[in-house]
Amino acid sequence: MKFKTFAAMALLLAFSAMFAERALASTAEEKGFAIAARSDRSDVGFGESAVELQMILRNAAGQESTRSLRISTLEKPDESVGDKSLVLFETPRDIEGTALLSHAKILDPDNQWLYLPALKRVKRISSSNKSGPFVGSEFAFEDFTAIELNKFDYRHVGVDACGELQCDVLERLPRYENSGYTKQVAWIDQTDYQIRKVEFYDRRGDLLKVLDLRDYRQYDNGVWRPHLMSMTNVQTNKQTDLVYSDYNFDAGLDESDFVKGRLSRLR
Amino acid sequence: MNSISKTCIAVLAFLSSALVAAADEASWDFSANVELQSRFFTQDARWSGQNDQAGQFAVATTAEVRWRSGNQRAAFMPYLRWDEADGDRSLIDLREAYWAWETDSFELLVGANTVFWGVTESVHLVDIINQTDAVADIDGEDKLGQPLLNLALQRDWGLVSLYVMPYFRARTFAGTDGRFRTPLTVATDRPQFESSAGRNHIDLALRYSHYIGDVDIGLSLYSGTSREPRLLPDENGSALLPYYDQIDQLGVDLQYTRDAWLWKLEAIVRNGFAETFAAAVGGFEYTFYQVGDSNADFGLLLEYQYDARSKPEPVTIADNDVFVGARLALNDTQDTALLAGVGYDVDTGETFVTIEAERRLGEDYVLELRTRVFTAAGPQQPTYTLARDDYVQLQVSRYF
Repeated sequence: MKFKTFAAMALLLAFSAMFAERALASTAEEKGFAIAARSDRSDVGFGESAVELQMILRNAAGQESTRSLRISTLEKPDESVGDKSLVLFETPRDIEGTALLSHAKILDPDNQWLYLPALKRVKRISSSNKSGPFVGSEFAFEDFTAIELNKFDYRHVGVDACGELQCDVLERLPRYENSGYTKQVAWIDQTDYQIRKVEFYDRRGDLLKVLDLRDYRQYDNGVWRPHLMSMTNVQTNKQTDLVYSDYNFDAGLDESDFVKGRLSRLR
Repeated sequence: MNSISKTCIAVLAFLSSALVAAADEASWDFSANVELQSRFFTQDARWSGQNDQAGQFAVATTAEVRWRSGNQRAAFMPYLRWDEADGDRSLIDLREAYWAWETDSFELLVGANTVFWGVTESVHLVDIINQTDAVADIDGEDKLGQPLLNLALQRDWGLVSLYVMPYFRARTFAGTDGRFRTPLTVATDRPQFESSAGRNHIDLALRYSHYIGDVDIGLSLYSGTSREPRLLPDENGSALLPYYDQIDQLGVDLQYTRDAWLWKLEAIVRNGFAETFAAAVGGFEYTFYQVGDSNADFGLLLEYQYDARSKPEPVTIADNDVFVGARLALNDTQDTALLAGVGYDVDTGETFVTIEAERRLGEDYVLELRTRVFTAAGPQQPTYTLARDDYVQLQVSRYF
């Protein structure tokens, strides 16, 4: 009798421990997704944006070179469809007018076209090169294209101070193919729900890069944007800063500005 | 204050605000580059009269002015080249000089412009709007500005573009002193035309381009003066005259993009001088990304070129040839890139080797290296006339 009771209790305990663990796990994933979604949705409804930025590339010895570019984005409010974006280079002068048009997808490869002004040529390019460096910078293509909510699985792993704010810390695992990362860890603040920092772990699971997002400003439409994004490769000590000027959310962009036939008529 | 001064102030205020508004709205962009080219030939020239120096030097400069205001834009892009050895390689051209007016779905462009059609790398069959500046480089990728009127209509289902070309640009050829020429030089100042309208024949082209999922498609129609001339000896047998026939050409270009694969095809059917013939080029490019854990991408290209034209039509060397190439992009700050390839003629065994490499120096300079090597076994082979013109070219460009 005693033994039976003990066995029953042990069994009960084991079951409840299993359930508790499962419940906890599901809570961590649900909570992670909920926080990521709240952050993502703080941005919903911006419609369109145009911004000029400087890309400052710094090698381990501190030598700098600068690129200036213009990025236009057209929001697709449906979370199952990616945004459209257009990157136009202004300097260095020899690549002035080079443009990259992306129609982002969530899990399928994006559609991308490159415009080469010297030949007036529009080239459809493969977008499977997610992990490759974007124009020689520490940003990979996958860091640079719009971060879509459903491109990742999430898990809440804790709460941590981030500057003067408190941040939720999320692990996010890429769901799309060809990512160069096994894992990312993102710090999202609990006040404005903005991403403050991201760590990127390489295919071996080692820390590869750290992205700091600073100088957040809120625009009249309620949308927040960082104006300094600083990516440091901790393995090579190379760094790329993206320094943004003011965003224009009223540039009058529409679908017709994001078609491949437009690429040769941008300037 | 009397009414006249009031009116003056009002007018001034209006004008200054209008000017400020205009200045605010209009954007100007100025840029330029200067290239210094030096070619070193590894063998003596084959034909008498050709400059026998091992080196040939040239300077080329492009200026670019762009203006945009509201739904209008304009461009002015003169190009100037001076060649120290071959006067026929010196050139002044307007690659772009146009004004355009656009709405969301429609554009009208009037003036000179450069337009590229196509997808393949080793030969450009479909591309036909612009004349080739053939003395600039034998790859056929340098073009002369084409005077045209272009109407473009963009819809959900694609882009339709109509071109009306009222003036013909003749192809450039090397002069007596120049390398890359036939034994008899081409008399570029005596072009012959099938059309009685000569250079003023109105050439027409229509193009549709779009994409469906992973497939990009282009369909084109051209009716007018052939960009490629037939070359026939003149009455004295002292020069070749370029004959520009009237042609009709239907073209299709396709690219299928999947993972790291690009599958490409260009095909044409041309109603030429004496016959209707077809030609095609197709193949693939496959890229290995971040090879050996580096940032570099390494691509392999394979293209097969076929052309069914027979003797009386303008000569082509891409008639039954295989092109194999490799592309290396270091993806570094200096955008270092290299493209090397070999063309092999299946019928004649002739080969053609090309290497192109480039790298940015600092922020404003680009260094470029080009090498071309030809092998032709005998005088019957089309590239025999060029087989002693192997060269290495170093080029430094300064961008402003």
